[in-house]
Amino acid sequence: MGIVSRGFFGRRREGDAELPPGQYLTHDFPVLSAGPTPRIGLDRWEFTIDTETGETHRWSWADLMKLPSETPTVDLHCVTKWSKLGTDWQGVSLDVLFEDVETSAEYALAYSYGGYTTNLPLEDLLDGKAWITYKFDGEDLTPPHGGPARLLVPHLYLWKSAKWVRGIRLMNEDWPGFWETAGYHNYGDPWREQRYQGD
Amino acid sequence: MSIDYLDGNALAGPLGEIFAVEVTTAVGTCAGCGAAGPVASLHVYGPEPGLVARCPSCEEVVLRLVRTPDAVWLDMRGAISLRIPMPEPRT
Repeated sequence: MGIVSRGFFGRRREGDAELPPGQYLTHDFPVLSAGPTPRIGLDRWEFTIDTETGETHRWSWADLMKLPSETPTVDLHCVTKWSKLGTDWQGVSLDVLFEDVETSAEYALAYSYGGYTTNLPLEDLLDGKAWITYKFDGEDLTPPHGGPARLLVPHLYLWKSAKWVRGIRLMNEDWPGFWETAGYHNYGDPWREQRYQGD
Repeated sequence: MSIDYLDGNALAGPLGEIFAVEVTTAVGTCAGCGAAGPVASLHVYGPEPGLVARCPSCEEVVLRLVRTPDAVWLDMRGAISLRIPMPEPRT
């Protein structure tokens, strides 16, 4: 007789938390910044996907809000070695945004208000692996954490989850982004500890 | 609104690791807007994941410095030039 519910196993105990190599557990949510925090009014916010053939798909904030959202609970791993487990987000899956996008590109460059960029293979944005998020812990995402909307790609180090995301450019060739051109790893898998170039 | 950056003197230690001269007193010219000023006047964000020094006039990136376990990565493409004060050469 099944008297132990799934929920009994569901919550990870902290002491048992499995972290990627070299990471430590934190409970706060550190803010790392490479520049001034952009403040983008929702009336002028937009998100675009630009394909390798020059086609542009564009969403206003109102468009984004009309799309079906998901509420992923994910672990975050920052290359500066802190990890935060079980974080709750709300956002639109990239699978939804890519539904009508025709592309044969293999590479993507996410770009942000404020000028930040980060590159990743397109396949790392699809199949339920990435979201455009606008709520954290049930509240609107604040500007220091990337609000109004941030890319969330939790299976890679957090610098790939571009704050203040403005669009994704699809390309046939890889184009290293802001930190990837300054010594950080091109892919950034925390479980393989890909922090720096050559790791 | 709180200030979330340091001034360019925060670069003295990391740049001192790689330059034989005191670079914070050197005059850098921003590739974005052409403004010139001492490195010490730049707005410096970081130190992690890396130091990002921005022009106080236009906020474009002038200099980036990342310290990895075995190297320093220095990107100065945002600076047209760096004028470093030097003593006159002995004749």
